[in-house]
Amino acid sequence: MKEINRKVFIKGIYDGIPIALGYFAVSFSLGITAQNAGLTPIQAMIASLLCNASAGEYAGFTSIATKATYMEIAIITMIANLRYLLMSFAMSQKFSPKTKLLHRLIIGFDLTDEIFGISMSQKGFLNPVYVYGAMLFSIPGWAIGTGIGALAGNLLPPNVVSALSVALYGMFLAIIIPPCRKDKIIAPVIAVCFVLSYLSSILPVISNLSEGTRIIILTVLISSVAAIIFPKDTEEGDYENEE
Amino acid sequence: MKNNTYIYLLIMALVTYLIRVLPLTIIKKQIKNKFIRSFLYYVPYVTLAVMTFPAIITATQSPASGIIAFLTGLLVAFFDANLFKVAVSCCVSVFISELVLPMIGLI
Repeated sequence: MKEINRKVFIKGIYDGIPIALGYFAVSFSLGITAQNAGLTPIQAMIASLLCNASAGEYAGFTSIATKATYMEIAIITMIANLRYLLMSFAMSQKFSPKTKLLHRLIIGFDLTDEIFGISMSQKGFLNPVYVYGAMLFSIPGWAIGTGIGALAGNLLPPNVVSALSVALYGMFLAIIIPPCRKDKIIAPVIAVCFVLSYLSSILPVISNLSEGTRIIILTVLISSVAAIIFPKDTEEGDYENEE
Repeated sequence: MKNNTYIYLLIMALVTYLIRVLPLTIIKKQIKNKFIRSFLYYVPYVTLAVMTFPAIITATQSPASGIIAFLTGLLVAFFDANLFKVAVSCCVSVFISELVLPMIGLI
């Protein structure tokens, strides 16, 4: 059992490295936003260490810049992060019912889009040790990137920042595309997602909503329709990679 | 009124944590309802797909290099599921296309 945990932990570290790389680029620009909002590099780093959220922190920083009230900050943070409620719900089913509360409390702290993505793509019930491996580099990568961004705004050449900024999207593709080969329904569902997501970013009214809100609306809508038309009898805890 | 930055940060951290941890700790049983199970099966694919496109195209310096990164990611991910390789392929494709495209006058 110990041996298995060691292997799972190392796999988590391995999968966490591209996340840390992508985080560094994204958090770097987040640090610049923090600096513009009047935060010190240390404060920016603390924010990232405690929040682990891109859109949520961005919304928070821009509100701090306008000297918002504490209540406003709470509401804005909630709206920007609401999609994690859905992810947390989905992830609750990925754990074995026997998974201890302490594991759930720790993993909840770092339930980011990316950690969610790689966790859900594991086979069977989720071993918490895998997530701890992934957290090992991704949490410092995010916090240090934010701090350096706030400290030395434009140190990296723009073409390097530009190249690094697609790392996380590449990872998302690496999570959602391979299962298309096994489950034929997934490819058309993903294609519909791309089209509707694009349309919602240009059509009047809906494009005025924040990105976070659009993600929630589209996720609930498309997943519900897919669930009605193509119901899935999933194995316990197993979301994909069914043999 | 002068607000304290650290209180701001604490509020942000607390709200973010509560949203993430509540369903995870409250819902311990396996849900039997077929619709909810199916819905939750699709959530990861849908939410990650929606987040990726069209955002990947606006993340780079030019939409052209973003589109190239998107196509590279789709292609590499289809043939090799390795997270690291797909992520790095996307980064490299942006770097190269932003070097080459201006040379041949495409950006």
